[in-house]
Order: sequence, then C-alpha cells, then structure tokens
Amino acid sequence: MSAVIDIQDLCVEARSSGGDFHPIVEGVSVSVHPGEVVALIGESGSGKTTTALSAMAYSKPGCRIVGGSIKLNGRDLLELTHEERRQLRGREAAYVAQSAASAFNPAIRIGDQVIESTVIHNLMPRDEALRQAVEMYQRLDLPESGQLSSRYPHQVSGGQLQRLMAAMAMSSSPSLLILDEPTTALDVTTQISVLSAFKDLIKGQNTAAIYVTHDLAVVAQIADRIIVMQNGKVMETGSTAEIISRPQNPYTQTLMAAVRPPPKSMSFEGSEDTQAVSDSIIRVNSLTAGYGRTKKKIVLRDVSLDVPRGQVVGVIGESGCGKSTLARVIAGLLPQVSGEIYHHGENLRDTAKRRTRDVLKNIQIVFQMPDVAVNPRHRVREILGRPLHLFMGLDAGARESRIDELLELVELPASYKTRFPGELSGGEKQRINLARALAAEPELILCDEVTSALDTVVGKAIIDLLKKLQTNLGVAYLFISHDLSTVASFADQVVVLYAGRVVEQGSLASVLAPPFHPYTRLLLGSVPELRTDWLDGVVASKTHLDHLGQSVDGDAVGCPFFNRCTSAVEDVCNRLDPPLREASQGHTVACHLELDSLRT
Amino acid sequence: MSVRSQAPSEPASKSNLTPSFVVGLVIVGFWLLVALFGPALAPHLESDIVTDMSYAPAGEVGLLGSDYLGRDVFSRLLYGARMTMGLALLAALLSFSLGVILGFTAAISGRWIDGFMSRVNDALMAFPSVILALIVMSALGTSLMIMIVTVAVIDSTRVFRLSRALAMDISVMDFVDVARSRGESLWWITVREILPNTLAPLTAEFGIRFTFAILFISALSFLGLGVQPPAADWGVMVKENLQGLLFGSAAALMPAAAVASLTVGVNLIVDWFLRRMGGDVAQELMN
Repeated sequence: MSAVIDIQDLCVEARSSGGDFHPIVEGVSVSVHPGEVVALIGESGSGKTTTALSAMAYSKPGCRIVGGSIKLNGRDLLELTHEERRQLRGREAAYVAQSAASAFNPAIRIGDQVIESTVIHNLMPRDEALRQAVEMYQRLDLPESGQLSSRYPHQVSGGQLQRLMAAMAMSSSPSLLILDEPTTALDVTTQISVLSAFKDLIKGQNTAAIYVTHDLAVVAQIADRIIVMQNGKVMETGSTAEIISRPQNPYTQTLMAAVRPPPKSMSFEGSEDTQAVSDSIIRVNSLTAGYGRTKKKIVLRDVSLDVPRGQVVGVIGESGCGKSTLARVIAGLLPQVSGEIYHHGENLRDTAKRRTRDVLKNIQIVFQMPDVAVNPRHRVREILGRPLHLFMGLDAGARESRIDELLELVELPASYKTRFPGELSGGEKQRINLARALAAEPELILCDEVTSALDTVVGKAIIDLLKKLQTNLGVAYLFISHDLSTVASFADQVVVLYAGRVVEQGSLASVLAPPFHPYTRLLLGSVPELRTDWLDGVVASKTHLDHLGQSVDGDAVGCPFFNRCTSAVEDVCNRLDPPLREASQGHTVACHLELDSLRT
Repeated sequence: MSVRSQAPSEPASKSNLTPSFVVGLVIVGFWLLVALFGPALAPHLESDIVTDMSYAPAGEVGLLGSDYLGRDVFSRLLYGARMTMGLALLAALLSFSLGVILGFTAAISGRWIDGFMSRVNDALMAFPSVILALIVMSALGTSLMIMIVTVAVIDSTRVFRLSRALAMDISVMDFVDVARSRGESLWWITVREILPNTLAPLTAEFGIRFTFAILFISALSFLGLGVQPPAADWGVMVKENLQGLLFGSAAALMPAAAVASLTVGVNLIVDWFLRRMGGDVAQELMN
C-alpha cells in the first residue's frame, strides 16, 4: 500500500515584513498511509503547522516552499499550476482549523458550509450532498442531526462546531485530512467527544491524517506515529507507543516532562492544611454578578471564597462558568449585583475608581492573552514604570533600577527595557505582564488563565516562576484555569465553579479525593492521560458522551449540573437548590445526594 | 480590529519605498514648493490684467494663456496653490481635531452621551454636504473664516465616526482593563493607552480628509461661496473660465488638472502608509 501523502526533504522559508527570507522548515519528511494518523508535535514556531499546510502545497502569506517534493496520491504538487492545486484542495486534501468559531462564516447556514467543497468541485448534486451531510452528523454524534443543516453557526456549541468542521472536511471524502490543533480551544469534557469522533471518522473512512498539536496526552489517544519537531527540524520519529514510553531525544523528554501528571495519580501526604482563615487577604461573601444594563444576565451566583495570605486558591471550571467574571469583580472592573468583597475586613467599593490606592496596589490582575494585555505602543520600561510611579511613588532613577530588578525576577534580561511588546514572544509578554503586577508589590495576584494561551513547555515555565515568586515574596494567587492538572500542580485550595455557582470547594487534597461532586468527578475523568488506551476506556465507560454540549445557564433554579449529571434525581435536583454539605472541615459539596453515595 | 504588534525600531521603511509612493511624494512635494515660493516666481500678480484678449491660447500670452479677463493663468495657478492648499490644510486640521476629540469623548463616555452625540452626528451626515454648506454659508456669510469652519464641521462628522469606532475597539482590550484596575483617570487612559494605538489609521485618515477638503473648498468656490475674486483659488479659476471651454481654452482645465494631481498625489502617499501599517498580506494572499 503506497502512502497517500509523501513529503520529502521539505524546506520552507519565511520573511518578516520587509525583511529577508530565512528558513523555518528544513529537510522535513512525512509520509502517511491510508487509515494512519501521524502527529506533528512541537511548540509554537517549530514549523509543525507550516509542514502540515504544505501537504496541500499551501504556504501562508510571507512564506514560500523552496525545496523538496510533496507527493499527494503519487502526483508532485509542486509541479502543478495554481489552478490544478486549487482543484485538489478540499477534494483530495482537507483542512480542519484550530478555531471552528472563526473558521465558520456566521452569516451562512451550517449545511451550506459543510457541503461547500463538494458542491464547488461538482462531486455530487446539492440535495444528495445535504443528505450525506446528515449521515455524517449522525456518525459524529451530533444532536438533532435532521435540523442541524438549517442552523447558523452561533446556534450550536463550540464542541459541536469543531465536529462540524470535521464533517465539512470529510464531506468530499478526501484521502488526506489535516487537523491543526482541533481540540486545543475546547474544554476537557468536550475534547473527549471531539477526539473520539475524529478517531472513528478516520478509521471508518480509511483516511490518512496529519494531526498537529502541542499536547502529547491528546496525541497518545489518536496518533499511530509521532514526529517531534523543533525549530523547523525533525527531532525524533517513531510509533506513538515508542515515543511515549521511551523518548530518545532530549527535546522530546522536555516535552514529556511538561505534561502534568493527571491529578488522580498524585500523592497528598502532608499537604492537608491548617485552616488559616483568620488572616485572609480577600474574603468574598455570596457574590452575585452579571452583564447587561437593565436586565442583568447573571453569570455568577452566591459565590463565597477566601484567599488566605500567601496561599494559592485555584478556581476551576469550563468556559462560560463565570470564572473570569469573578476575577473582574474582585479587581473592580465589573460592579457586583449583590454580595460583598472584604479586603482585610474592609468592605471594598465596587469599582476600581472608588477604591483607595492602597487597595488597588494590593490586588493586581494578570490576564489570559499576553498579546492584548500589554499596550503594543508602550516600551517595557513604560509598562513597568507606570505602576512603580503610581503605587510606589518612585522617581525616574529609582524606577530604572527597580525595573531591572523586576525583569530579573521574571527571568528576562535587563536589555528588554527598551523593547516594544511586538518584539517579545508570547511567553516573554506573559512574564512582562506578571512583572507589571509584581511592580506594585501586591499581596494578591489574580491570575486569569495565565497559561492557557501558551505552549505546554512555556506554560510550565510560567507556573514554575509563579511558584518561585510565591515562595520568595509570599504573594497569594487566585489562580483561575480550566485545566485541572495545572491547578492541581500548585493550588492550596480549590474552588470548583459550574454555571456560575460553587459546586465544591476545599483544600486541594480534599477536593481531589472522595466524596466528589458529580461535576468534579466528570472533570477528573476528562483530563487526558499519557497512555494510548485512555480515550477508548473513557468512551467505553459511557459516562461522558451523553451529557456533552449542554449550555450553562446562570438563572436556572435547582442544581445547575442537573442535565448533565448521571446520578440526578428527577423532581428534586431540577427543582430545589442543592444543600451545602460539609464533608470535612472546610470541604463543602453542593449536592442533593448524601455524602456517602458521592464517595464511590 | 486587532492591534497589530509593530516593531518601530525595525529598519524596514527604506526597502518599502514603492514607485507609486515616490510618485505621490514628488507630486505633493512639487505643489508644496509652489505654495511656498509660487507668488515670488509668478511673472504677474494674481489680479493683474496683462492682455485685453480673453482666453488667449497657451504660449501666446504667458505660459498657459490668459483667462476670461485677460489675466495670466500661469501666475494665477501659482498663487492659487497657496490659497487652495492653505485653506484645505486649515480645514482638515480643524475637522480632524474636532472629530477626534468628540469621537474619543463619545467612545469613553456613558451610553447616553455617546448615543446623543452619535445621533446628532448621524443627522449632520444625512444632509448632502454641499447643500448643508450652502445653507449655513448663505445664512452666515461668505468670509474665508466661515467657509473653513463650515467645511471643517461638516467634514469632522466622518472623522468622528472613525475615531469613535477606533477608540471603542481599543477600549475593550485587556491592557485598558489593566489601566482601569490600576485606578487610572479617564484622561490618562484616553491619551496614553488608546491614542497611541489609533495613530496609524488616524494619520491615514488625515490624508484622505485633506484631499476631501480641497475638493470641497473647490466646489464651494466654484459655486461662488468660497474664495472671492480677484483672489486666485483653483476652484474659483475653474468656475470663472468654464465658458472658455467652448472656445477651446485650457484656462479651466489647468486648475482642474492641478486639483486632480494633488488629490492623486496625496492618495498615493496615504495608500502607501495604509499598506505599510496593514502589511502586504492581502496582496500576497492572491498569489
């Protein structure tokens, strides 16, 4: 059986605006057979997406393919004309992009987009293509497959859109499927269904697939072979089992080390905490918040939590659960509807403008997206200098030496002072972000998904830095994340949010041990593990699939988790708010079920 | 719109000089020089009647012939450059300052103020600009001052729309939230966080507004509302000599060509500037 795609000695060059061309992919060879999934792994800038796109003889603007051969079903793509290549794209090779939300046209119905490439290439009449699309929806476990085609993209969830991307790519039965980080933007719970749908589809249609990602645990579930890339070169190639169990190359080993162990397998000796609630920096008391002017859409309801001095409180939940809103309310960016926030016992005003400078200094916030969190028109010196001037009252000379110290603290060279954010990498920008928060010498830093936009390796470095700063400076964090294993790796306390409500909270050890809230259990079971049979096991257990893609509503009565819960009790869970049960000191679970039944 | 991260220290500007930009630069530079030194170089005064022959052909009287009163078209063209460009620059500067200040104010103010300002702006924009100017100037008079202010106010509605939209885009960025959580004043946020990020598109807009002001003032002068005779303005010159077209005179075509070339020149520069800011992505996508 010959390879569907055979890329040999690929070389791609890129140029920065106005600059010269320099190589970004050098001598990479990839070949994929029918029914096989080959994963390209590496951090951003490693050339993995560039390599994958070249399988369609496509290069991004500013890039050009300068060497090698790309054979798709035996034809060398580089010898084809532009028009001939266009004929191949979408028909013989299809592409699934990272963000389905931005890959779908919001103004066109889903069905017309899914069958677009089939219709463009005149493969079958429109009606037949639509009929086939419905079959595809069923195979992908999409709900209401009959009506789906006539919906618009905003009417379905992110996980469903991602599966629809797969339907779109597969509609013309291509022999090669290119998947570019298709689950990176999804919650862990959604990721499972999307992954298993992709896997079934690829095996079912005997398609060759190139899977681009930086997440080794995901790759372990779906890939047959792995190609590890760094700086445009292949570091290591091998079967998935080989690479995961015996990585040879040092870079592969670094990647493996950056994968956090799933929280279940951690040990918790000695981490049980003495409840030092007496000295809390921030105490949030039944906080309710929402958006909208006249009729508020409530996204956060009755949330209470404590951040003790020098501790890390992890807030975990999926997208849309209100965790970022929590940070914004505490930072004074969004006035709450009701509830109080106490800072050392003092009731805080609801907007930053009305708070005292001392309060503002003590609570700093670090945002998720490093690209938009720093002003692109300010040099690093101005970015860090402003809080020093405002909160610390330093004059120009003192500021200068303090900026040097801060850069050293976040492990950046002092020469970065004169740079603009555009001259920094994502990880470096996030360090500047952190340094700006540290400049105020705060007691508490609100970290809103600070590692989600970063690669595994870079993200791990940021977490390590946060830990070091906590030890050295005694700063406390409210660490907001959707990634349970990241939270588990360094939080002292954990708050589990679902649909804007706290469903479970307590010390890390108590939350990660039974009794579990059913949602916590679902989260724990959804974190991918670094072994090849994990996904099959989870899918076989059938606990996840039935409950996916449900929306989260902050206004509803009863238990918010009711419609996804496997052990929900009809007429109780959906009618009454769940009672708060205290499992041990400081560990509470909001559930109608008895604690004993939550232990198993 | 996303904030494109740019590295201003990059030595990129030199290699980016495109032929069209150089052409634009030459045209605009030429007219600027004419505006500065034209009256000194002109063989006659703008109001001098040098011949009793109306619409004398080019070459016979002066370089470009004479106009309907027998004045030297070449001299008047040189004088007109200063008048036309000076008025347009003043009007553009005024409309720009007005539009940006009001637009930013609307963007950072509450819903009510923004709503009120935007609706008033919409109402102003709903009138055809020349008609609106006609009404205002026939009520207030036809002095140069009144014309400049009228043109500026009418043109500022376009600047208002753009700068409000730009400021709104930037004001939801995380770095603005960081500034707010620091308790910064509205003034600081506007001037230090938002303004620097809107400068590129605003500069490009300034070029466009400048050419619009030229055309607008020329149109008003043509209608007899702007620059009054015997002062030379390109728009006035077109109007005065329109009848000459019947006799095959180029007296009306010369100033029209001057307006056209200046407009094209400024737009070439603006295009280059916009492309430099936006990167040449769109072009490369086509290949």
